[in-house]
Amino acid sequence: MNIVVCVKQVPNTNEVKLDPKTGTLIREGVPSIMNPDDKAGLEAALELKDNLGARVTVVSMGPPQADTVLREAMAMGADEAYLVTDRAFGGADTLATSTTIAAALKKIPYDLIITGRQAIDGDTAQVGPEIAEHLGIPNVSYAEDIQVEGDTVTVKRQYEDRYHIVKAKMPCLITALGAMNKPRYMTPGGIFDAYREREVKTLTRKDLDVQDTEIGLKGSPTRVAKSFPKQLKGSGTVVTPSDAESAAEYIVDRLKEKFII
Amino acid sequence: MDFILSKEQEMARTLFREVAENEIKPLAAEIDEEERFPEEALKLFRKYKFMGIPYSKEYGGAGCDTLTYEMCVEEISKACAATGTMLSAHTSLGTWPIVNYGTAEQKAKYLPKLCSGEYLGAFALTEPGAGTDASGQQTKAVLEGDHYVLNGSKIFITNAGYADTYVVFAMTDKSKGNHGISAFIVEKSFPGFSVGKKEKKMGIHGSATCELIFENCIVPKENLLGKEGKGFNIAMATLDNGRIGIAAQALGIAEGALDETIKYVKERKQFGRPLAKFQNTQFQLADMVTSTKAAQLLLYRAAMAEDTKKRYSEEAAMAKLFCASNAMDVTTRCLQLFGGYGYTREYPIERMMRDAKITEIYEGTSEVQRMVISKYALK
Repeated sequence: MNIVVCVKQVPNTNEVKLDPKTGTLIREGVPSIMNPDDKAGLEAALELKDNLGARVTVVSMGPPQADTVLREAMAMGADEAYLVTDRAFGGADTLATSTTIAAALKKIPYDLIITGRQAIDGDTAQVGPEIAEHLGIPNVSYAEDIQVEGDTVTVKRQYEDRYHIVKAKMPCLITALGAMNKPRYMTPGGIFDAYREREVKTLTRKDLDVQDTEIGLKGSPTRVAKSFPKQLKGSGTVVTPSDAESAAEYIVDRLKEKFII
Repeated sequence: MDFILSKEQEMARTLFREVAENEIKPLAAEIDEEERFPEEALKLFRKYKFMGIPYSKEYGGAGCDTLTYEMCVEEISKACAATGTMLSAHTSLGTWPIVNYGTAEQKAKYLPKLCSGEYLGAFALTEPGAGTDASGQQTKAVLEGDHYVLNGSKIFITNAGYADTYVVFAMTDKSKGNHGISAFIVEKSFPGFSVGKKEKKMGIHGSATCELIFENCIVPKENLLGKEGKGFNIAMATLDNGRIGIAAQALGIAEGALDETIKYVKERKQFGRPLAKFQNTQFQLADMVTSTKAAQLLLYRAAMAEDTKKRYSEEAAMAKLFCASNAMDVTTRCLQLFGGYGYTREYPIERMMRDAKITEIYEGTSEVQRMVISKYALK
């Protein structure tokens, strides 16, 4: 089984501070880490490798510095690593990013693709499902557990108030939740091997079968109108109506009050 | 001279820091209070292959270097010095002599198990009457056919009772003094070997420190380490290397104490402002941070010397002397900044101060380091 895990290098937002004057993020000096949901996805892939046997390949799109997360992934146990990097890919929104990564994945054998649910620096949760769409394969999001049997994966998908148990035929794509496991540590020898004996393969613009209009800034329809710090929501109101009917009445009244219905 | 760590060394340091912070630190107070061996840490070190960091992959080691290993001892000791002792005694004292003096058969038999952590290693030189003066060995080894018979006892042996192999020193020819000492690899299962009483210590409570007793202990001839009569040289060379490990431990203790103190002085208020706003606190911290950075540079220099040079006794002695004395000084001053709270077990500073003291004593006292350093200075 070939498992490809997509990982992103992100600033450690736990250590990011806001500039009190401008309200923008101060990124200087903030250490970069492997996005936590992606790391959980990698752990899930490595567990499948331990239990069933698999070849785990990691792919990252980013600047040359993103090499670090790929070495880290190899030091944890990944077999192969690809960095998808080119100036032409810069400025990509989620659509251009997923187009580029999907084009790269066409060059790499896969049965199962695992991505993180979302990255802590953007929180869109769009890239994983979009990759599946480009590749024309099924997608199961928000996985908390992944079981593989034959050519079928069974995923415990987190939903707002319940779980869904979803089965899908491989090849397919799964987006992983950070809470699904506790990723293993690297080993010191694994780190030295990752730098001294292993190679991060590079895929650039010329290696991918994509149009210039689909990638980078040109391929990005998203326009950011404004960035602002999230306002805290007010606390909710808790009511304890005696029965379902009065509860429904209460809700309808509030919705009318706000001109929602 | 280049003080920039390589990318792999940087990443390894991040790993050691994460493991220390997430796995070692939460248990440190409990291990100290209950005076119990850090078994969880040993299990973890086995799993993540921390037990043979500087040794070649040929023997099952991680294939890293001395500096990376010392950074591991440093980071682990920041969180728990006793756990640092266990790792350092295993790697620097229990495994190193076999790597450097073992025969091909001995290496093949013991190193894969030691480097994977399946076996825990230990080193037994000190005796009731032979501390700094290691030449006063009373333990005897007599060759009888295909084996040696060992009689005597050792004290203050780190990892005792938990270790599977002990590098033991004994007199094979009393008339030759230092040149009559030989080294042996003794397995815990050898007949006539037993572990005696456990010491009650001031610090590093989690480290198992016991007496070893040899009563007609049978050691196969092939377990003689190095040549007969070369034991003293092996012991001294091993201690040169081990000293760098203790320096790393001492450095870690000082850094750990500083981390705790910096956090504390920002929060603790007296006379209406945090302690950090007082110039006494600022100047104390400035001195301690500077001396600790100097200690780190001496240590890293010694570790790099071990990786690149044949002789590094002087560098190792300087690193140990300075790091140990810095650890004692820094923990004492940090405790003073904590005031009454620092004297309680509610905070880790008193433990760190108790743990620091041993680094001025074991694997060669500070006075021994001064003897070594002055010998080079006056050459």
